[in-house]
Amino acid sequence: MEAIIARSLSKTYRSGKSQTHALKGIDLDIQEGELFGLVGPDGAGKTTLIRILVSLILPDQGTASVGGLDVVRNFGLLRQQIGYVPGRFSLYQDLTVHENLHFFASVFGVNAEEQYGLVREIYKYLEPFRDRKAGQLSGGMKQKLALSCALIHRPSVLFLDEPTTGVDAVSRREFWVLLSQLRNQGMTIFVSTPYMDEAARCDRVGLIQEGRLLRIDPPTAIVRDFPLTLYALSTDLMSRVKPDLASCAEVLSAFAFGANYHLTFQTSAGPQACVRMLEQKGHTNIRLEVIQPGIEDCFMYFMKGS
Amino acid sequence: MPTKLARIAFGAFIQKEWKHIFRDRKTILILFGMPLVQILIFGFALSNEVKHARIAVFDQSNDSFSQELVKRLDASRHFDVVARLNHPSEVQEAFQAGEIRLVVVIPPGFENALHAFHRAPLQLLADGSDPNLGTTVVHYAASIVAASQEDLLGQQSLPYGFETELRMMFNPQLEAAYNFVPGVMAMILLLICAMMTSVAIVREKENGNMEVLLVSPVKPLWIILAKTIPYLVLSTANICSILLLSYFVLDVPVRGSVPLLIGGSLIFTVTALSLGMFVSSIAHTQTVAMFGTLVGLFLPSLMFSDFMFPVDNMPEPLRLISYILPSRWYFYIVKSVMIKGLGLAGIWKELLILSGMTLVLLLVSIRKFDNRLAL
Repeated sequence: MEAIIARSLSKTYRSGKSQTHALKGIDLDIQEGELFGLVGPDGAGKTTLIRILVSLILPDQGTASVGGLDVVRNFGLLRQQIGYVPGRFSLYQDLTVHENLHFFASVFGVNAEEQYGLVREIYKYLEPFRDRKAGQLSGGMKQKLALSCALIHRPSVLFLDEPTTGVDAVSRREFWVLLSQLRNQGMTIFVSTPYMDEAARCDRVGLIQEGRLLRIDPPTAIVRDFPLTLYALSTDLMSRVKPDLASCAEVLSAFAFGANYHLTFQTSAGPQACVRMLEQKGHTNIRLEVIQPGIEDCFMYFMKGS
Repeated sequence: MPTKLARIAFGAFIQKEWKHIFRDRKTILILFGMPLVQILIFGFALSNEVKHARIAVFDQSNDSFSQELVKRLDASRHFDVVARLNHPSEVQEAFQAGEIRLVVVIPPGFENALHAFHRAPLQLLADGSDPNLGTTVVHYAASIVAASQEDLLGQQSLPYGFETELRMMFNPQLEAAYNFVPGVMAMILLLICAMMTSVAIVREKENGNMEVLLVSPVKPLWIILAKTIPYLVLSTANICSILLLSYFVLDVPVRGSVPLLIGGSLIFTVTALSLGMFVSSIAHTQTVAMFGTLVGLFLPSLMFSDFMFPVDNMPEPLRLISYILPSRWYFYIVKSVMIKGLGLAGIWKELLILSGMTLVLLLVSIRKFDNRLAL
């Protein structure tokens, strides 16, 4: 059964004369118990889509339902059944960890102690800081607290808007492990992120750009559908690679990935032509080898293609 | 949501609000420091009451009557006789030097005239460049002169001629505190209830707390109401402390019924709270909420509540402004009950007006509360 359904959702923000089309017809079906990742750059419409789904803002067009409840008409019931972690830390900075958790338990009419089992896995990270003010926690701890507060009433669908933005690598990994555990307990999770590497941890991924969903697929399918051969390039003169590649007509795309450049070519003759050109330009120690595309490469490709 | 759960949530909100208030030193300072400081500043520093004004005497008769009169003026706490003039030209000079507030001119043959005609002229010259001060010192001097006259001559035997007797009803000493204590009460309640509450509500919007709270079963109206409760309690405490301070420190009497005074104050508190709710439903940032209440509410209240400037002397449009300001009606209620000792019969109209305003404000702000996020 579908936990989340969206049909041609559109939203336009108006301020004065300018208009921003944040969403341009989003269609979406998310199954119960699915860990769904919404991936896209800043300004793609991720936050708008989540806010519509949690009934915080109204769509201009289209319909959406979460857990069978319409986000416009049934928002009262809907709000009892969802958990929401906004993109910005929204708990009370001047209350302690413990006080925040208890407050949100009361808001949802549950007893924090009785619900403790649900958040134990997460709260164990926070236990040592239970009497610290939330404002004094690290970014990773803040997000774990926000997650605990959003889970305290045992929601059936959990929405998280960029929960790992501004969080260190270790905390990010821990956070995704927690999300997987929740999914394994049967919770439907809708999470947005600008980090493409995180997409691989989702059951399915929706790629959003400029208010449109480009495709929705499991990460493996997205990687499989990469139609080109991908090469990794490194030379002794990395700082000059970019301008030099720009003058090579054979190069279809070139993105910096760590210490390398990932390249695709127009034709199968491209790699050789490229290496020759780089040699002429004075590059030494040129290494160009075929690699398996990662999910990030696929996103770069699909976004460029759209 | 079942009612029991609603009660738990509501209680949790109020508890949380108390924590916000008591953990923020600035809030505490404004809530408890401001009433104290305002009452003390108005009571001891900022007053239009005249004390020890420097006056000069041009005594041309220098007889026992005139000397007695000058002695009495000097003995009063309002005046200090600092100069004796000997020539009419010195009067002008004395005022121009700027040190002298009042010159008492006693013509030659003062005592003789009194004995012969039972009346004698006396000139009071005041510095009109500050009209308020000028009028006040003339009033003081006139009342001292009138009192001396009775003491020196006894009841006047000759019934001819008019006699004016000045008496300031309810406040014969012209104590400034009688006027500013009601004013300060109105201003403090306005600041605490309207400004602090609206800022506290808007803070939740600005910090993004509202975004999580809205996505909860608690209705936004309850969230807002819960925020006002602690301020209602604190305001009540402030009303009591202001009344105690003015009674024991400033010697301002409470002539009417105390329960009526506190009841009226509570109605005004609720009015101010609903004003705060109204502001918070419009403002999106704490800065806007603060300046909105200060400029849009506090300043007009200060000017048009009859507290600093008499409304009756204002042109019609400005008087209309004063009619829509709740603080004007509250100021009248406090003054009537506290100083004039009026009962419910004397202020029911004003109470009704305040209640009506509260009702309208509450309805408007409740209607304006959004279940969604305003972007």
